[in-house]
Amino acid sequence: METLPTSIRYVRSEESPTMAPPVSTGGVGGWLKENLFASTRDTILTIVTALFLLWIIPPIIDWAFISAVWTGDSREACLGPGTGACWAFVEAKFGQFIYGRYPIEERWRVNLSGLLLIAGLVPIAIPSVPYKRENALYLLVVFPILAFILLTGQFGLEPVETALWGGLLVTLVVAIVGIVVSFPLGILLALGRRSEMPIVKMFSVIFIEFWRGVPLITVLFMSSVMLPLFLPDGVTFDKLLRALIGVALFSSAYMAEVIRGGLQAIPKGQYEAANAMALTFWQGTRLVIMPQALKLVIPGIVNTFIGLFKDTSLVLIIGLFDLLGIVQQNMNDQNWISPATPATGFVFAAFVFFIFCFGMSRYSAYMERRLDTGHKR
Amino acid sequence: MNKKILSAVVGIAAVAGMGASAASAATLDDVKAKGFVQCGVSTGLAGFSAPNDAGDWSGIDVDLCRGIAAAVFGDATAVKFSPLSAKERFTALQSGEIDVLSRNTTWTMSRDTQLGLNFAGVNYYDGQGFMVRKSLGVNSALQLSGASVCVQTGTTTELNLTDYFKANDMTYNPVVFEKLEEVNAAYDANRCDVYTTDQSGLYSIRLGLSAPDEHMVLPEVISKEPLGPVVRQGDDQWFNIVKWVHNAMLNAEEMGITSANVDEMANSTDPNVMRLLGKEGTFGEGIGLGNDWAYNVIKEVGNYGEVFEANVGASTPLGIARGVNALWSKGGLQYAPPLR
Repeated sequence: METLPTSIRYVRSEESPTMAPPVSTGGVGGWLKENLFASTRDTILTIVTALFLLWIIPPIIDWAFISAVWTGDSREACLGPGTGACWAFVEAKFGQFIYGRYPIEERWRVNLSGLLLIAGLVPIAIPSVPYKRENALYLLVVFPILAFILLTGQFGLEPVETALWGGLLVTLVVAIVGIVVSFPLGILLALGRRSEMPIVKMFSVIFIEFWRGVPLITVLFMSSVMLPLFLPDGVTFDKLLRALIGVALFSSAYMAEVIRGGLQAIPKGQYEAANAMALTFWQGTRLVIMPQALKLVIPGIVNTFIGLFKDTSLVLIIGLFDLLGIVQQNMNDQNWISPATPATGFVFAAFVFFIFCFGMSRYSAYMERRLDTGHKR
Repeated sequence: MNKKILSAVVGIAAVAGMGASAASAATLDDVKAKGFVQCGVSTGLAGFSAPNDAGDWSGIDVDLCRGIAAAVFGDATAVKFSPLSAKERFTALQSGEIDVLSRNTTWTMSRDTQLGLNFAGVNYYDGQGFMVRKSLGVNSALQLSGASVCVQTGTTTELNLTDYFKANDMTYNPVVFEKLEEVNAAYDANRCDVYTTDQSGLYSIRLGLSAPDEHMVLPEVISKEPLGPVVRQGDDQWFNIVKWVHNAMLNAEEMGITSANVDEMANSTDPNVMRLLGKEGTFGEGIGLGNDWAYNVIKEVGNYGEVFEANVGASTPLGIARGVNALWSKGGLQYAPPLR
């Protein structure tokens, strides 16, 4: 390389300092301009929305916090003009909202079951924790047995009949059993519906169409009002068990259709590839088809789960008191009837439902991102 | 062909249903064997059956069940409650899930005669009434001509209202709503002068208004809603027990026996009291119970007046006046046959 005299050469030995972006595009002002006041129409919309929020939010905050009654032991505390939420009501009834009429001295068993569940759920939800297989085994086999023993009272524990269960306990029991049963059942039904074996296919189609065709309320109602009349005298099915079976069968039909949607989306080549690898049907399904199909339908599956979680409130009509049911029931306690009580109770129930449903929704979004292997647009 | 199958199925179902309802004849034996009375109550109605802060049931319907348990076992806690919706209550009784239904159920002829059930008495005489603002300055329903009346549509309440105003040659402006909550809100917002529904309902609705003390329930009752306990037909012994537990509570009030003074009264020489408390005669045996059955009911639960006061009476937030539920000797309708 030819060397040039250094006197006429100019080479910067360091990068020139970057200049701050123009004020109109950077910082808070820039963000505001770009997102809120970009055009006249945007500006108008922003102002209208801001005014709307100003109009709606302060009363809500006032109702929920500032004018709210936090302590008290009867309706007297929540009377009077301008009183906001009656949180004292929730406080007094909190035990019932969580456990229903589960005997107070036995409530540690519910707590322990809850802890056992969390102990299984947390590690399986975090991808980096090892021993997934053992963990799943614990959640699907060991935990249900332990929870059954603890909650109903076996092996010397004081038996607690399910008629006493209530509140969040019932909501979670119904939802979890529904979710856990409907998922594998749904997979089998979805495979069955696509099967070439006529009997299996017919059974699956009839099962799915029947359960999708009847409203859940009808199912619950039949199980509680009609079933006892047909049973021989003295034979009574546990009410909660009836509800659990109804909800599980009902949701597995929906789950089956969601999963079938995923199966439809898998190109034929994938099936042929699995066959070409000399995998059996079950191996191919387990290793090739299902992982892809399930990933595709995560939104649908979570939709079904969330729907199921909220549908648990319907058990109210057969005299089981889930969270919403027990809140409504306690609104009729004459010691607590006040203008503020119903709204407070409903807001509390809505808040608890929201936490669970939102949690499920966020976790599914996280799983979708994690499993996103490039199919997404 | 299909119709034949269908009618056969329905026929079998009907027989199965009747079989179930007629089956368990000796309810008392069943109850004694399992050790508690299974009692159907409402899913939550202030003053009748509702849970308190500790989650225990309370109310006058609940106390009737406790009274039955006290009569059978001498222990008012030997009772379990099944909260039932209005739709499932009769099935639960027919199928034997519960032993007695004490769930603010109106005694009507069709229910008494067509469902295979029997009403064992009336523990609360309810009926449609009117609630107004005190500021209206009205103290009788007959002064309500020209008023606007909030009422739930599509109910017998609406019908009774029309009939009552027509019969008394008065006019009114109906303000109708589909849902109870809407009626409550409308009345509270002063969209009408008068609220009409069953009286027991009016009292509990009043509690939910923004200023309960500014409202009053007028004395007139314009319809008959006798509420009482129900048992299965075909078991006269159990029917008698439920009927006489209620009667014993009424008789106790009439004789002035309360849960507080029942031990004292046991030494009474009044033959009526002696018969009721089992010191004379063998009235308990007649219904398959011990002679101290009524003593236990009064001792553990109290007489009718006590139960009324504790659950719905003036000292409670509901503050329902005795009115037609006073004893016959005090101008009410509650009347029990004597123990003789």
